Amino acid sequence: MNTGFPKVFNDLAKTVLLGNRTYSLWMFVLIAISLLGLNAFSRQLAHGLYTTGMGDEVSWGLYISNFAFLVGMAAAAVMMVIPAYIFKDEEIHKVVIFTELWAIAALVMCLLFVTADIGRPDRLWHMFPVIGVFNWPTSMLTWDVLVLNGYLLLNLYVCGYVLYKKYMGQKLVAKHYIPIVFLAIAWAPLIHTITAFLFQGLGARPFWHSGLIAPRFLASAFAAGPAFIILVFKIMDHYKCCTIHKDVIAKIRIIVTVSLLVNLLLVGSELFTELYSGSEHSIHLSFLLGFHGKSVLAPWIWSAIALNVIAAAILLLPARENPRFLTIACVMIIIGIWVEKGLGFVISGFIPTPLGDFVQYQPTLNELTVCFGILAFGLLIYTALLKIAVPIINGQLCQRKVD
Amino acid sequence: MSKEEQNNHDETNQNPQEPTISRRYFLAGSACLSVATAVSLSPLLNAEEVPSSEDLIQKHYKELSTEEKKEIFAKLESEINQQYGVTAKISDPAPLDGVEFAYVLNLGRCIGCRKCVYACMDENNQSRSPQKQYIRVMKMKKGTINLETSSHDYPEKEASSKDHFYMPVACQQCREPKCIEVCPVKATWKEKDGIVVVDYNWCIGCRYCEAACPYHARRFNFAKPQIPKQEINPDMGYLSNRPRYMGVMEKCTFCLHKTRRGEYPSCMEVCPTGSRKFGNIRDPESEVRKIIEQERVFVLKQEVGTLPKFYYTFAK
Repeated sequence: MNTGFPKVFNDLAKTVLLGNRTYSLWMFVLIAISLLGLNAFSRQLAHGLYTTGMGDEVSWGLYISNFAFLVGMAAAAVMMVIPAYIFKDEEIHKVVIFTELWAIAALVMCLLFVTADIGRPDRLWHMFPVIGVFNWPTSMLTWDVLVLNGYLLLNLYVCGYVLYKKYMGQKLVAKHYIPIVFLAIAWAPLIHTITAFLFQGLGARPFWHSGLIAPRFLASAFAAGPAFIILVFKIMDHYKCCTIHKDVIAKIRIIVTVSLLVNLLLVGSELFTELYSGSEHSIHLSFLLGFHGKSVLAPWIWSAIALNVIAAAILLLPARENPRFLTIACVMIIIGIWVEKGLGFVISGFIPTPLGDFVQYQPTLNELTVCFGILAFGLLIYTALLKIAVPIINGQLCQRKVD
Repeated sequence: MSKEEQNNHDETNQNPQEPTISRRYFLAGSACLSVATAVSLSPLLNAEEVPSSEDLIQKHYKELSTEEKKEIFAKLESEINQQYGVTAKISDPAPLDGVEFAYVLNLGRCIGCRKCVYACMDENNQSRSPQKQYIRVMKMKKGTINLETSSHDYPEKEASSKDHFYMPVACQQCREPKCIEVCPVKATWKEKDGIVVVDYNWCIGCRYCEAACPYHARRFNFAKPQIPKQEINPDMGYLSNRPRYMGVMEKCTFCLHKTRRGEYPSCMEVCPTGSRKFGNIRDPESEVRKIIEQERVFVLKQEVGTLPKFYYTFAK
């Protein structure tokens, strides 16, 4: 086994397939949930989107909610890339690849959620440039296709290049990847801005038709994404995969804090504008908050606001130095932002309909299973990528030691 | 797969220096995973609609030659014959020169009987289960045009109430349709006579148009459309009322298979109060043109800038 390619293949397969009991169990659970999701998706393909809780009134549901949330999680990787490459923070630089790999996994989930949402996945090729009919630049959805796939390719290239070179024991050549890193830095906010434009460009939906949506998307993403990364680093540290310098966690914590506060400011500004003016357009928001008859979403959105406010308080108080409190705050932020963006933002845009019909949305079990399946598959990919990347970065897995 | 990993893990413990994947366990694991995947995919065997290979590669409507269209229409007719036992004729009338269709609805006369809703459903071969309707009639309180306080599913006996007026809304056939702007694949477009149509064989079912429409005019086939055989309307237009597929968008087409050959749309024909008027807005002598010029008309949601060709008026 001395030749290049087969050894790479052998090494990768071994690294991914072999692990301790915890790893095996974790992967088994993820594979099982992914397969359950695949099963639910097959049922959806067979019987149509009727198997979901969506209808002509609320015509986008949990799939697009998760999509909007995960685009943010993918974009948030840039908040680690900027300190690593622009401010040359050495400690963050050592671990930045783990966040770039997360961007890849998050983007895969995004693409799967879109595929799950469309009525005719067999016609996806209609959307490919050249062979299909691509309504660019008019349709924001075509922009989203371009920026999401572009961002996926950029991250695949950077991660692939860095890991391969380290694995081969070769020196990284700056000009071969640094320009791509900088392109990805510029590209990351773009993916989430365009995803926001997808919604805010629609004059038909007053709830989405606000210039604050893109900044809100970015701020909430830069809170939830790095909060997730803190959790990942803590887990990696706990299982002694690699040492994460505690300055790294502290710096990410500052990013999370600032982003969360900016997000709260933007949400507050939006709440004020809508509710104080009392114009007819505020009906979506007042319904969402439960001021206008019974709303299934009201308990969710109030919980999300509470989670975000309490998390902000923890991050501003000295309690933030306590690792346990930090973990709790991060979990609260991820859940809070998920509810705010998914249920609060996407679904509320449909209630009431443009003709003033109030129809509630409740996802079906099949729909939830598809969602969990995609999330599990994303985590499966991320775990496998980390399983490969960690020993390479630690120098344990390489073809030839660096001289 | 996990089992295989567990077993490998045990082996690894016996020989910690050289972790290896035994071929036997690898194959067993792969086999388990393949079987589990196949079982997961099994619901596909009961798929309600399976596209044929021709369907899968069919081009966009505008890229089809006359010959190709002829073949496709013949194939559809035979499929409809097989499925419903009905001899259908699929026509594809082109937009007429110098014609742009417009609609005027007199809210002063409409009594909310919803005859238009059901005539539309019969004419356009809409799914009966789940039921799809292009026209939504709202029961509105007098003294306001607030849609949020309107009633959408009032019982039949609540029609022609004295304290209310009734507002039917369907596709407004906008001059600046947002639905066609947002479509990522140009599966929906505005024809020369101003009618916005959908290519049911090109739509990918993303429902972005449904989110973009300010009039809630578009309908999506979440389930496979079900129509009883005896209720099939055999007079079909390729871009209008032919049976739709599961997972695609549809909408009002001003009954283009009828109106392009000089007939009226079904909603207008059935209206017992004469509230509905339809015609060519470019013809100075047409009824709609005269009403628009002489009466006080308005359009719904003017502020969204869609410039509808569907006008409302409160006349006697």
